[in-house]
Amino acid sequence: MQALRRILALVIKEFVTILKDPKSRFVIIGPPIIQFFVFGYAATYDLENVRYAVFDESRSVLSRQLLSKVEGAGMFRLSGYLDDDKQLTESINSEEARLVIHIGPEFEKKLRSSQPVEVQVIADGRNPNVALIALGYFGTIVEQFNRELMQQGVVQRDGPALQLVERSWFNGNLRSRWFIVSALGGIISMVVVIILTSLSVSREREFGTFDQLLVAPFTPLEILIGKSLPGIVFGMLDALIFSAGAVYWFSVPFRGTVTALVVALLCFLITIVGVGLLVSSLSMTMQQGLLGSFLFIMPAVTLSGLATPIENMPLWLQRADLINPVQYIIIALRNIFLEGADLSMTWPYLWPLLLIASVTLPLSAWLFRHRAV
Amino acid sequence: MILFLMRMRGILKKEALQILRDPSSIALALVMPLLLLFIFGYGVNLDAEHVPIAIVSDDRGEMAQDLIARFELSPHFELYQVKNELEAESLILSRDVDAIVRLQDDFSSQLLRGEQAPVQLIVNGIDANRARLIQGYVRNIVSNWSRMRQERGEAGAGPPVSVSQRIWFNEGAESRNFMIPGLITLIMTLIGILLTALVIAREWERGTMEAMLVTPLRRVDILLGKIIPYYILGMLGMGMSVVVAVTVFQVPFRGSITALLLLSSLFMLASLGFGLLLSAAIRIQFVAAQISIVAGFLPAFFLSGLIFDLDSTPPVIQIVSHIVPAKYFVTISHTLFMAGDIWSVLLPNGLVLAAMAVIFLGLAYRKISKRLEG
Repeated sequence: MQALRRILALVIKEFVTILKDPKSRFVIIGPPIIQFFVFGYAATYDLENVRYAVFDESRSVLSRQLLSKVEGAGMFRLSGYLDDDKQLTESINSEEARLVIHIGPEFEKKLRSSQPVEVQVIADGRNPNVALIALGYFGTIVEQFNRELMQQGVVQRDGPALQLVERSWFNGNLRSRWFIVSALGGIISMVVVIILTSLSVSREREFGTFDQLLVAPFTPLEILIGKSLPGIVFGMLDALIFSAGAVYWFSVPFRGTVTALVVALLCFLITIVGVGLLVSSLSMTMQQGLLGSFLFIMPAVTLSGLATPIENMPLWLQRADLINPVQYIIIALRNIFLEGADLSMTWPYLWPLLLIASVTLPLSAWLFRHRAV
Repeated sequence: MILFLMRMRGILKKEALQILRDPSSIALALVMPLLLLFIFGYGVNLDAEHVPIAIVSDDRGEMAQDLIARFELSPHFELYQVKNELEAESLILSRDVDAIVRLQDDFSSQLLRGEQAPVQLIVNGIDANRARLIQGYVRNIVSNWSRMRQERGEAGAGPPVSVSQRIWFNEGAESRNFMIPGLITLIMTLIGILLTALVIAREWERGTMEAMLVTPLRRVDILLGKIIPYYILGMLGMGMSVVVAVTVFQVPFRGSITALLLLSSLFMLASLGFGLLLSAAIRIQFVAAQISIVAGFLPAFFLSGLIFDLDSTPPVIQIVSHIVPAKYFVTISHTLFMAGDIWSVLLPNGLVLAAMAVIFLGLAYRKISKRLEG
């Protein structure tokens, strides 16, 4: 009973510390929500408005037919027509166009006499992902154009003997926004929580109030609980707002269960609070706390599979990544949102989180007293 | 003049000692870049290799075997031969494979008769970008194979129009050449904004600002004293990153060192200006830390073109991205590394950075008031 009252007092103190100042009240809720929406739109691999230029030496009915298909595809945006090779080089160099379509002077003549022709496409490799996807898309436009030519009887040829039939599961239109937005909320609330907790002990150390806390009748466990709760509460609040935003604003499907979502987020936040407090109890100043949390955030987010697949990493790095808590919540969130996982299907990603927490939390509680000042 | 130099010597010595005695800022400036380069160099890769795919084919015919052999030879795929559709579907559901390629039983005979023979491809679309890359790889294999058959005269003439494609500046379309120059921007942002966001707020919180205010230091001295040491740290971090990028990761550097030094200085000053402005305006370390991440670091990651393409975002986001200094330097750095000194790209972006540096530093100067009340 005594213990509960002490914990309650400590928890109230921690909440007051955060909420007493209007600026800090704001930074916990306001910016994360703005970020979620801005990044939800920004974080996409789906291409739109790829600027392209046309160098059409043929200026014929057929070349225009091909170009109008490009225009109608929705992915490309015309930046201009070019007259010679020099302009072509210049438009790619200066990033005016990221793709140049070059149609030779003989285009129509050759086609009408049933000779094969080549269309040259040049892509700006400074962003290789955009280059590859845009080239692939242009390739399918040309395939359609070929089929049209044969249907219209412009060229007499056997149809292409091989036909690739493509289908994608779980995400029919291959929208990458679903993939990213479903996991983005986890990442943003993690950043809030880790900064919150990593500064909480170091701030008291810097101001000298931590010594007072240590001589007060609190056990390390009680301090640990008092320091953890605000992070978990605010993190959960942010994460739930983001989950609702993902579903109602970004129209990401929610196919799993709410229980699974809440339990998964809870496990994750406990783990993250553990990391934040560990950083915090190692730091003597707030600057060290902030830099320390970045030392964790940067690799953890980069190697989490949020933006680039873990499968593309070398094997030794994938093994090392097993201790990265962020990758588990990302898989769990994607499973819950997109594949309809319930709690039991999510469990394989939750116990590693709890395992990590069971190391970091006791370690930071121990460090409260034993970190040499 | 002499007085100014004396004052500068004093404050620079104070700031340098403050940095040197707190190992965490040195760690951020020198250890963090190496750690990040290492992680990005190995960990961030958009090129898929050894993608596990299942092949379903009962066709023992020569044609089918020949096409399957093409998949086996490709460095992009790791094949799983399965007996039937059901087995393949359970593999894709359990995430053991990312795609299924299916040939019908009469694939070879259809081809021999000159009929259309479908090659069916099913991909797991959860990771849309990866799915698109897999589709691209499969398309390439199939079209190369049919071109080869045409050349050997086994099939009718090829398609009327074919595409010859070239990728400039990055012939192999390697994502590392794209990621690492962008990462250098992120490293400089971290040093410029994160390190400095706390330095003035800290003096206010600890009350040492009051001590500085009673010295003969002028505002410009205080500002210069904060800029110079961190500028040096930031440029050291940048130089180190470029050397590691070129030597260890073999990223090409086609621009000139002069252009790099000039433009990265502008970017460094803009970032420092932003960090110092935050610190001077907010005066509370906790809030300054949160804002520096929200307004400094995260936009540099998401709104700069570092990983995600800005042109594909809605217009509002594109407008917002214009106030992110990192956007301009990511463009500059991609061009300097992969394309060279192309001034039609470097100049406009450099000018914007210069303007931002002037504005942020000017505002920071105004915010460092010599008065106690905010």
